[in-house]
Amino acid sequence: MQTTGQSLTFLALFLPFIAAAAAPFLTRYLKHNAAWVLALAPAWIFFHFTGFLETVGKNGAVTAGYDWIPSLGVRFSWFLDGLSLTFALLISGIGTLIVLYAGGYLKGHEHQGRFFSFILMFMGAMQGLVVSDSFLMLFVFWELTSITSFLLIGFDHGREASRRAALQALVVTGLGGLSLLAGLLVTWMATGQSELSALVTSGSVLRDSPFYLAALVLVLGGAFTKSAQVPFHFWLPNAMEAPTPVSAYLHSATMVKAGVYLVMRLNPVMGETAEWETILPLFGGATLLTGTLLAVRQTDLKLMLAYTTVASLGLLVMLTGFGSEKAVEAAVLYLIAHSMFKGALFMVAGTIDHEAGTRDVRRLGGLRAAMPVTFAAALVAAISMGGLPPLFGFLAKEEIYAALGFSDGWTIFLLVVAIIGNALMFAVGFAVALKPFLGPHRDTPKHAHEGPVLLWLGPVILGLAGIVAALFSEWSHGLFSSPMATAVAGTPVEVHISVVPHLSVPLALSAVTIVLGVLVYLAIDRLRDAIAATLTTVGWGPDKGFDQAMRGLIRGSRGVTQVIQSGKLDIYMTITFVLVAASMLVPMVVFDELPAVPDFPDMHFYEWSIIAIAVIGLGAVIYAKDRLTAIVSLGIQGFAVALLFMIFGAPDLSFTQFMVETLSVVILALVMTRLKLTPADHRPTVEKLVDISVAAACGAGFGLTLLKVTQGPFDATLTEFFNAYSYTIAHGRNVVNVILVDFRGLDTLGEIAVVMVAGLSILALVRIRTRKPRADEVAAKGAA
Amino acid sequence: MRTVIFRTTAPYLTSLMVLFSIFVLLRGHNEPGGGFIGGLIAASAFAIYGIACGVAPVRRAMYFHPMAISGFGLLLAGLSGVLSFFLDVPFLTGLWATPEFFGLSVDLSTPLFFDIGVYLVVVGSITSTALALEERDHA
Repeated sequence: MQTTGQSLTFLALFLPFIAAAAAPFLTRYLKHNAAWVLALAPAWIFFHFTGFLETVGKNGAVTAGYDWIPSLGVRFSWFLDGLSLTFALLISGIGTLIVLYAGGYLKGHEHQGRFFSFILMFMGAMQGLVVSDSFLMLFVFWELTSITSFLLIGFDHGREASRRAALQALVVTGLGGLSLLAGLLVTWMATGQSELSALVTSGSVLRDSPFYLAALVLVLGGAFTKSAQVPFHFWLPNAMEAPTPVSAYLHSATMVKAGVYLVMRLNPVMGETAEWETILPLFGGATLLTGTLLAVRQTDLKLMLAYTTVASLGLLVMLTGFGSEKAVEAAVLYLIAHSMFKGALFMVAGTIDHEAGTRDVRRLGGLRAAMPVTFAAALVAAISMGGLPPLFGFLAKEEIYAALGFSDGWTIFLLVVAIIGNALMFAVGFAVALKPFLGPHRDTPKHAHEGPVLLWLGPVILGLAGIVAALFSEWSHGLFSSPMATAVAGTPVEVHISVVPHLSVPLALSAVTIVLGVLVYLAIDRLRDAIAATLTTVGWGPDKGFDQAMRGLIRGSRGVTQVIQSGKLDIYMTITFVLVAASMLVPMVVFDELPAVPDFPDMHFYEWSIIAIAVIGLGAVIYAKDRLTAIVSLGIQGFAVALLFMIFGAPDLSFTQFMVETLSVVILALVMTRLKLTPADHRPTVEKLVDISVAAACGAGFGLTLLKVTQGPFDATLTEFFNAYSYTIAHGRNVVNVILVDFRGLDTLGEIAVVMVAGLSILALVRIRTRKPRADEVAAKGAA
Repeated sequence: MRTVIFRTTAPYLTSLMVLFSIFVLLRGHNEPGGGFIGGLIAASAFAIYGIACGVAPVRRAMYFHPMAISGFGLLLAGLSGVLSFFLDVPFLTGLWATPEFFGLSVDLSTPLFFDIGVYLVVVGSITSTALALEERDHA
């Protein structure tokens, strides 16, 4: 039973990737209706994970897995506790709705199959991220979400804005990923634990470690970039270039919460320190305010929502870093509520865009009659976002205010930040949900009418879920909130808040928030102009800073390349040969390892004649009248060396030397015919002297090294081994060949791969035609 | 270079050299020779043919693009190593079989196929380079 469950969970982790592979084919045959089939995959995963709810609620956690790289102690293992299980359910549940929504939204799009494929791949990556137990697995899935997000943001790759946004998201989250990897490795080193399940129960080992601050900063580098905290928030609104299903899924409900997930996951072992409780609320609070203020400024429905998402992520980080049990409960409730209402609102914004042809809030109005279902779904989501009963968002906001309290100046400051942030979010939420639907009817680029079932199903289900979860709060807390809060806090926590309003401080603060929110809603047009004017005066933001950094990077690398790569062959050759000579001569001189002067050799006449041939060949090379003669003469000297190999009993080597010499001469001669060179080689005297000394140094280096080597004792271990085993083990009497194809076969495999790649490169080089520089390259040169 | 004598003898010379290269390749395991040397001999054979008769006849005679031959060689060498996975021994372990063909026993082994792969890679890559260089700009 245990094993079946284990392999089923394994299947659940891989099913999205399988579905992603099948998606293009299914879409070819079923068109947009493939969504119904493909949605079965996340739906099944959802139901599979609901099966764990009871066990996790009772026992706290489930871990299982397989060995992955046993020699390094790395396992492919998962860790399901309240936190990861709730995330897994959100991902698969909302994922099901998003797949259906994408079926309607991209109906008839020529690359709909590709889109399904990307989004299912992302789902698999995200699923893997939240259930990962081992650090390396977490990191792999973390990077996979960055990559799939890149593909999804750049889905509409014909447009430059999409490509830029995709690249920006990849650079920012990719850098964060590297920081995370470093942070995880430091944590691993500091605690000796490489699995989250073991880490979260390790108590204060990490907090007491001298590497605590390093690990904290590095891990937060990953979390803050992924969750778009100030000053890395700019990539998230730009990512709205992606099709709306992506915005609804990745950039509100799932991926951007990966950072929050990480922070929550590490809260039991990293939290409750002064650093944690300063850095997190500071960045979170700054993000909350920046996000909401910039949200008010926008007129595009999706951008308004995107900035409130940034703000919500800030709020979550702030609450997690606050350090009290209540704040953890509040963060948990807000996270669940946010995933539901923001996903729904994004889908609504997409539906409006799809049906009316614009997302500009100033050009929309009076759609309530045309799109009643969408309107209802939007309204329910906005009520949750505004924190009004009877929605789940209300519970979250009450808990936030209950958690922050009035204990000292710092908490009052955070409380004020939270009230301002919530009020602005209230205003923006209702602006998105009401403005397009209320008021007089306005003409839109398309004649608006209700979207098909695929488009409104998602928002409606999410809205209903928000109502049900709030009304039956005891039940939903027992299933989700309490286990998740327990996992985040690291100690058993029970969440009790319900929709029944009771007179208390939080309720009063809620009232203040609502009044403020209504005021902002009424004055939103004026406020927007004011913020826009301020931003224009400032004129610089991190988004611009990103462009400047990228340009600087490109300019810097071009500068470095120009210094290192002069593009002149003779300079490359000189440098190479000087280094070759130096690498042989310098150690010999420094370590006083020069060979002893040898006795004058006693040689046979034929040995002398071979040396004479080599010397004559060299003379011919030096005194040759033109280049072609020099090349051919070079071959004479090579043949002489081959003869030497032959008489010293290395027929294979000699054979190869002959062939290599022949082919080198042929190929060099062919190359010469292609280069536009003068037939003879005329160099200035200075250059001649330099070349002569480099050549002499190289020759001396090789000669001395060989002398030294032959003067030392000969180690025959390998020779004896190969002679003894060549025939007995490898059935071959030619030792050289047996070494090549059997004993060291892997080396040979690598070498022939290199030969092939070199062949391909030469082919490409020879085929290059001088082409005119493209327009953008000319422009770049002009700018530089 | 394109004298009548050279043009007339080049095809025969090339055929002989290719035949010899195969002989060198096959005897390599026990006598001097092997895939690398054999490949070099065959490559020079094709280079000679190209210099004598032009590139087009060589390409026609080889039928496949030289780089495709090279790629196939690498695949063959790789696959001869993969075979060992099915017998649960490490990658590239030499495996031997001695089947009988018409009463004649022939030693077949994965190192032999590995060596043929080496031969093809060398022939393909070097011939490709030589032919690309021999070709004039109208290619």
